[in-house]
Amino acid sequence: MLSRRLMLAGMLGAAALPAAAAPLAYAIVPEPVGEGLWLVRGADAPIEMANGGAIANITIAATDTGAVLVDCGPSLRYGEALMAVAEKLVGKPVVRVYLTHLHPDHVYGAAAFDPAVVAATPQLVDILKRDGAGFSDGMYRLLGDWMRGTELRIPGTVLASDHETIGGRDFGLIALSGHSAADLAVLDRRTETLIAGDLVFHDRAPSTPHADLPAWRTSLDRLKALPHRATVPGHGPFDPTPAVAIDQTRDWIDWLDKTLRDAVAEGLDMAEAGNLPIPPRFAHVAAARYELERSVSHFYPGLEADLLPRIDTAR
Amino acid sequence: MRRIACLIGLLLASGATAAPPADPLGSPNWEGLAKTFFGDDPVRFDDRVHVVFPAIAEDQHEFPVEVDARAVPGVKRVLIFADLNPIPLAVDFAPGRSQPFIATRIKLDQRTPVRGAVQLADGRWLVSGGWIDAAGGGCSAPPVSRVKGDWAQHLGEVRGRAWAETGGARVRLAFRHPMDTGFVANIPTYNLETVTLRGPGGADYGTVSLEASVGEDPALTLITPAKAGEALTMAGRDTNGIEYGAKLTVAAQARLAAN
Repeated sequence: MLSRRLMLAGMLGAAALPAAAAPLAYAIVPEPVGEGLWLVRGADAPIEMANGGAIANITIAATDTGAVLVDCGPSLRYGEALMAVAEKLVGKPVVRVYLTHLHPDHVYGAAAFDPAVVAATPQLVDILKRDGAGFSDGMYRLLGDWMRGTELRIPGTVLASDHETIGGRDFGLIALSGHSAADLAVLDRRTETLIAGDLVFHDRAPSTPHADLPAWRTSLDRLKALPHRATVPGHGPFDPTPAVAIDQTRDWIDWLDKTLRDAVAEGLDMAEAGNLPIPPRFAHVAAARYELERSVSHFYPGLEADLLPRIDTAR
Repeated sequence: MRRIACLIGLLLASGATAAPPADPLGSPNWEGLAKTFFGDDPVRFDDRVHVVFPAIAEDQHEFPVEVDARAVPGVKRVLIFADLNPIPLAVDFAPGRSQPFIATRIKLDQRTPVRGAVQLADGRWLVSGGWIDAAGGGCSAPPVSRVKGDWAQHLGEVRGRAWAETGGARVRLAFRHPMDTGFVANIPTYNLETVTLRGPGGADYGTVSLEASVGEDPALTLITPAKAGEALTMAGRDTNGIEYGAKLTVAAQARLAAN
């Protein structure tokens, strides 16, 4: 059963059929972005039935010993299809899957891989053990049969070093935070490509359910200073430059932070804050209104506690 | 409120009933709720009752809802309710001299219509609203302050501000309260029940009756006729008789235009 599904997924991937052509089959189409480096683009949309939750970008790197993946998608079904596509592309098995952070659109595909090849920072492993399974109900509710058989699998390899050399290819491993409490960025030194995970979004609005905006800014400074020529964002198109996507992410979170603080300071309610205008410079950014409404929900109660004074009289 | 609803139910059961208009949202609970909330009073759907909420219920424990009926003259009561919540009614607001405008956050227990209804002086009800999809459990998960265990230390705390704006003053109030629904094992219903706002000389700036379906740590936004520099007082009470009290002064500086 498993092997038949794998073969099917592999054939579909190789033929680059759209998802609509075969119900509940992911279209996994790697685009070359450097020497032995491919990007599988996620849909620049919310997690929804139409995309099966395949909204995160996945990176595939070829090495002498096998394929290296950064993130692995939202479901067992996706992970199985991704493995087949990567192994066909590289001509060798998948020998490493790096997980960038806890969000289910990036990590639930790990269920398809041998836990020993799946690696995460110690901080992320702790977070996944504590909170990872909590996303399951929501994912099944939104995605139904796309999620069939998916269970969170804890990574079998805990990353202890700031780099790994696999099959002659050196990967810098930069442990940061800000988008979540534990974010991993991967630097492919052969092509000088920064694989930024969800610390960087590009032409797709950043999501903030576990964000710490000051920490995120610090991490963006660190990323910008790394020796790289191009950037793979966690969501949105490949950035062939070192800084465009990083700067856009910073611009959005700075705008968001100021906008929400001003909204609380000016007396707006949450529903009104979610309807505030989005500046023209973000007009082309996908899911902008959706993420603003989500961010209002994430930050507003905390900002009210900070910015509205106590007015109660002694009882 | 519940007693009145029961009374109305009895009256209806005993005979004459005017069927409410067909529900444009197709809710399975519309007819029953319409009888409970509106009794025999005439009801119609009216888009001048603006019910504003986000397209996504990011947090089913704190879903923002605003009802703005300032385009309708003569409103004496404003309800917010969610048809498929186990406690459908969230707030029942008598605006007094304030505008028929209220914003708050409610719990959602599943995909449901969320509505605003306003009653006019002649008894007629105008209703509007829409569907929102939501994950389950908004009413049956324990409040954060119960999980942390510090809920009792913060009872009575109120934050707030008042901003002068064209034609009055906007008031925001944020209370600390667990707002227990009674659907969490071993935690009985316990909620902030009434909030009354008064202006100079005891002027009635509105009374909000809250149900446990309002989100933990309730937040309210109202628009009063107060002027810059005027003092407002708030008196509230929860279902255990804990009193809430607050004073605030309308800031002299006008509220900036939102941008």
